[in-house]
Amino acid sequence: MSASHPRTLFDKIWDDHVVERLEDETCLLYIDRHLVHEVTSPQAFEGLRASGRRVRAPQSTIAVVDHNVPTSDRRNGIKEPESRLQVETLEENVAEFGVPFFPVLDPRQGIVHIIGPEQGISLPGMTIVCGDSHTSTHGAMGALAFGIGTSEVEHVLATQTLLQKPAKNMLVEVNGTLPPGCTAKDVVLAIIGKIGTAGGTGHVIEYAGPVIRALDMAGRLTVCNMSIEGGARAGLIAPDETTFDYIKGRPYAPKGEDFDRAVAYWKTLPSDPGAHYDTIVRIDGSEIAPMVTWGTSPEAVLPITGAVPDPADVADEAARAQMQRMLDYMGLTAGTKLTDIPVDVVFVGSCTNARIEDLRAAAAVARGRHVAENVRALIVPGSGLVKLQAEEEGLAQIFLDAGFEWREPGCSMCLAMNPDKLQPGQRCASTSNRNFEGRQGQGGRTHLVSPAMAAAAAVTGHLTDIRELV
Amino acid sequence: MQPFTELTAIAAPLPLANVDTDKIIPARFLKTIKRSGLGKSLFAGLRYDEAGGERPEFVLNREPFRGAEILIAHENFGCGSSREHAPWALLDFGIRCVIAPSFADIFHGNCFKNGILPVVLPRSVCDQLMEDARLGANARITVDLGRQVVVRPNGEEIPFSIDPFRRHMLLNGLDEIGQTMQRTAAIDTYETARTSAKPWLPSIAV
Repeated sequence: MSASHPRTLFDKIWDDHVVERLEDETCLLYIDRHLVHEVTSPQAFEGLRASGRRVRAPQSTIAVVDHNVPTSDRRNGIKEPESRLQVETLEENVAEFGVPFFPVLDPRQGIVHIIGPEQGISLPGMTIVCGDSHTSTHGAMGALAFGIGTSEVEHVLATQTLLQKPAKNMLVEVNGTLPPGCTAKDVVLAIIGKIGTAGGTGHVIEYAGPVIRALDMAGRLTVCNMSIEGGARAGLIAPDETTFDYIKGRPYAPKGEDFDRAVAYWKTLPSDPGAHYDTIVRIDGSEIAPMVTWGTSPEAVLPITGAVPDPADVADEAARAQMQRMLDYMGLTAGTKLTDIPVDVVFVGSCTNARIEDLRAAAAVARGRHVAENVRALIVPGSGLVKLQAEEEGLAQIFLDAGFEWREPGCSMCLAMNPDKLQPGQRCASTSNRNFEGRQGQGGRTHLVSPAMAAAAAVTGHLTDIRELV
Repeated sequence: MQPFTELTAIAAPLPLANVDTDKIIPARFLKTIKRSGLGKSLFAGLRYDEAGGERPEFVLNREPFRGAEILIAHENFGCGSSREHAPWALLDFGIRCVIAPSFADIFHGNCFKNGILPVVLPRSVCDQLMEDARLGANARITVDLGRQVVVRPNGEEIPFSIDPFRRHMLLNGLDEIGQTMQRTAAIDTYETARTSAKPWLPSIAV
């Protein structure tokens, strides 16, 4: 461990978790937290079983069902046989291997990336992995958190380590002050629009600057969540008083003197002055407007005041063909004002935007208004606890009065593995993270927006500049 | 894991950038508890129409590319999700090597765990190889991991480079978990030191 030169937050967490340095910079890296869900784990547990291996550190592991679960009443089980099999397989695996588990009817059940921070399971300075690319979310706690494949899930279950090479450091600094109507979602969409969907490949992104500092934890989690949409396996935000206040008192967070000792350690984590970044990007936050995607890649994004771009303006032939393909899939014509695009469905949910703060933002728009005719609007809370809190705060009633569906927690229409899916050709304003072809259902068309923008589209029936509604 | 040493095969050109993992295998096919059998769902959205019929224009629906073992694509191949179902689907179809100007990180790592070789070559070279590939069965491409060269049908050799550790694992078909289990003593030592340095670290028990 070399502490002599100035180090970034990423460097510090990395150095602190190296078990052994192997050839060509590859390190055996210790993993503090392993989050497990039903879709990417069955083959990993099967691998353990086949080789007679056990789970090395069950006390560092938490399992939950989220991807497949229906968001209607779950007391009578899951109807869809393949989804049911994956959920039952996880239930059997956690029982056999002694892994802590939140079952579907537990109020703590929810989207894996919502419940980690919510329960105090994800803490600053930790290495956190999960067989899911949106594990980058937990980086908002000041942790090194990244998605892994199923072979690596098995590797972590068996050894509590991973073989990794250090990533490059990228600094994304968002300066100035965010204008009214703009949220963390707009910030991260603007960042992806600038760096592109492969801009962060090979890097971890550290988000910094006054706009990031001013975000609450929900906003920071939203920003880090979409790091992978900019190509970065992990996003990080240095822990500060906002972080510590958020963690204090959470069920699995350190308590009393332990908490104080933990905070003392966490305060050593922020990047040193003069630390080296391989890539630096600076963005003027005061220039950001509410954002919306128009294509089938998260980088295909524009301010809501814009219009559908014209492939004829693109010089490169392959890029022009790709843009035309996006417009064909999305059923859009070049030059159409974004605010003239009608929607069929609105989805407020996902690991990106299903925390209580997101539901409050959507409810503030829905209050006293009604979902437009022919629009189906779903609110899917990120966890059972978020759902309960929203009901206590009266948000659920606001949504129901306004004609929204109030659902049970899960990944839902973010990736349409449960019954919540778009029909071919349907167009959705969605608070989720990916607008890939077919992501929300075969043939479905996705426009990524913030929770307030989604609620605005629900009540007007078309993509809407939230600033005109407030 | 099946080792990867040298492959001479038909290559399929897929001139698309940002081929995401949802495109490689849509989420509705992830509801399996097995690794096998995903080949028929590979590129489902591109390969089949809404009624399930083959789209004749898609490269893997055409001869000789139905038998392709190499895929050539554009930038940022495999972006999006961490689903290892993506390399599993490629492998089950018969693809053992993907050549592209760049790959998304998680997909790139997942390939090595499954005996698939991802080769990074400049865009202009990928375009040249796509031209070669379009000649079909008479224009097989060779990928030699031992010498780290791609050999064009005309015999021209194009060098590429793979991390020594990953190359060693792939050439020998080694299982990473087995390798790491040999370092259990080092992990034990690390865990002991960790507990004394961070005694406040909570355990999870439900």
